[in-house]
Amino acid sequence: MSEFTGATAASEASDVGSALPPAPPPGEPLLEIRGLKKHFPLTQGIVFRRTVGHVQAVDGVDLTLRRGETLGLVGESGCGKSTVSKLLVALEKPTDGSILYKGRDVAKMGGRALKQYRREVQIIFQDPYASLNPRMTVGDIVAEGWSVHADIAPRKGRLKRTQELMDRVGLNPDFVNRYPHQFSGGQRQRIGIARALALQPEIIICDEPVSALDVSVQAQVVNLLEDLQDDFGLSYLFIAHDLSVVRHISDRVAVMYLGRVVEEGTDDEVYGAPSHPYTQALLSSVPLHEPALRGQKDRILLQGDVPSPANPPSGCRFRTRCWKAQDVCAVEIPALIDRGQGHPAACHFAEARQVVPVEAE
Amino acid sequence: MTAPDLSSYPESTAVAGAPVLHVDDLHVEFRTRENVVNAVNGVSYTVSHGETLAILGESGSGKSVTAQAIMGILDTPPAVIGGGGILFEGRNMLAMSDEDRRRIRGPGISMIFQDALSSLNPVYSVGFQIGEMFRAHRGTSRKEAKRLAAELMDRVRIPAAAQRVNDYPHQFSGGMRQRVMIAMAIALDPKILIADEPTTALDVTVQAQVMDLLKDLQRETGMGLVLITHDLGVVNEVADNVAVMYAGRIVERGTVDDVFTRPAHPYTEGLMKSVPQVEVKGGRLQPITGQPPNLAKIPSGCPFHPRCARRRLGAAALPGRDCAVDRPPLRLVVPGREAACHYSEEVLGV
Repeated sequence: MSEFTGATAASEASDVGSALPPAPPPGEPLLEIRGLKKHFPLTQGIVFRRTVGHVQAVDGVDLTLRRGETLGLVGESGCGKSTVSKLLVALEKPTDGSILYKGRDVAKMGGRALKQYRREVQIIFQDPYASLNPRMTVGDIVAEGWSVHADIAPRKGRLKRTQELMDRVGLNPDFVNRYPHQFSGGQRQRIGIARALALQPEIIICDEPVSALDVSVQAQVVNLLEDLQDDFGLSYLFIAHDLSVVRHISDRVAVMYLGRVVEEGTDDEVYGAPSHPYTQALLSSVPLHEPALRGQKDRILLQGDVPSPANPPSGCRFRTRCWKAQDVCAVEIPALIDRGQGHPAACHFAEARQVVPVEAE
Repeated sequence: MTAPDLSSYPESTAVAGAPVLHVDDLHVEFRTRENVVNAVNGVSYTVSHGETLAILGESGSGKSVTAQAIMGILDTPPAVIGGGGILFEGRNMLAMSDEDRRRIRGPGISMIFQDALSSLNPVYSVGFQIGEMFRAHRGTSRKEAKRLAAELMDRVRIPAAAQRVNDYPHQFSGGMRQRVMIAMAIALDPKILIADEPTTALDVTVQAQVMDLLKDLQRETGMGLVLITHDLGVVNEVADNVAVMYAGRIVERGTVDDVFTRPAHPYTEGLMKSVPQVEVKGGRLQPITGQPPNLAKIPSGCPFHPRCARRRLGAAALPGRDCAVDRPPLRLVVPGREAACHYSEEVLGV
């Protein structure tokens, strides 16, 4: 336990009595996920419930979030990216594997350490209409965390702190007594961001934070998140299905398919030289905005649907839809390693291929 | 309901090669106890045989309400069609009897919706629901209707269609459900298909499959396609022409190539700059400031002026072109391009 906070961000001064070690310097791993698994049981029967199988929502995910960076997590619905976010904020317990925060296993934390972890790792949800209590005022929503973590804001100054936070996220501080229904979608998402910021987190898990917003408002929220990151030295795990937004905001990107990470690298590596067939297919499906680029990319149309995570294919999970699949793919799970393409990809036959025309800018 | 003045519309002028669907100065408002929401304020567009027209806009821009007015599926009240006309092959649908309109829905115009699961009836098999089109419009027998349904499911590339014809909607994935919806919509070979955000709820790889299917079907049948979307990428890859909507009005119209390369309205320009693109690792996004307007209180003058970076007010404005006072009409700016901005020439740089 240390009272020394080191060179952390501005306004990060109340680490006194912290149950967790101080934050490592920028670039050091802050959050390490090792072999993370989450299987949900499938049951049958009402009186005598018996387990008939498991939905393997997350099945062996390794990720590292470094201090001050944004890690993008992309994948289609059902790939397990939201389950990862729930595991990270300890809303779900992992079936197997570990989450190390500042070197300590979250599963083994209890009491004060877990309370501190939950303070330092905050989450912003996708739906700003469902994630705010309609019976609470904005002021109460933003300040609610302080009733648990009372040391952050002294009781007297809370209203002022709330209004400062509202101002910081671009909300009129005079609206502190208004209710969520009096705000638009973009403004509600700002309330959610202020609520997360109120506890002075190290990490914010952004679970599809702009997906529900109108296009002209998305950019405002994305820019706000970028500004806050610079000001407070935050680290983001940015989960989204919109590949364009993820590329814009992320330093590194991980692509998930059916519970596993299939490719990982910097945004230029993953978007410029995708090496896993799934990443290539995914990127080639994104419609481009430039009329001049229309028809210039290789379209890879995937056949069929994503297999059920309750009964995933053996070996490589993508093999049933892959044009490169060989016998080995059904037997051996491909490791997420660099096979000469410059960044890790979980394919036995990984090969960099440019699918999105790169525009010089 | 107030009857619109329709005396100026001809009863029937169906000419070969003429546009199939013409929406003329349509106004739709929703009357609630507190206020009147002006959802559509004078929208006109034309869709021709084989054309794909994209209606691009954010939520609340009136793009879906226009489509619902065309289909005649608005709840009236609270919705009131305050004026204008909807001409299908020259005949004004708003002046028709319900029975006549019903005969157009299906073989004339049909529509697919964003959320395929809530658009399908969970207690009937998909084959029964697709076959309903034939039974209701053509009096086909149940057995024959089911056979035709299986054919259609095959045509929209649902694998093992003959076996799946008796399956229920919940047994299909999101992309397959949307194909069922498409099968239903094209069952009677419509001349116009309205697709309201058909791929918004789908993943990108599935979106690509569904858009490909729609394009293929259009090529086969020559139907006109009205694609309602907020996705700039989808518009660019699929549509021929685009109409950009804001606050219940069309603010810009032209070919996709022209509008996307050189927008003539500041709102279109702002949209292009605010949306990140997958092929570019851009710098900072340039958002449009503020929020879309409340349709019960649409700003005076140009509805976009409170958010517009190019607005000219008071002394800075040219006579009769004060953005806060004078409402800009949709006008021809350069050949083939219309925009509703007093200063479109500046936006275009001509």
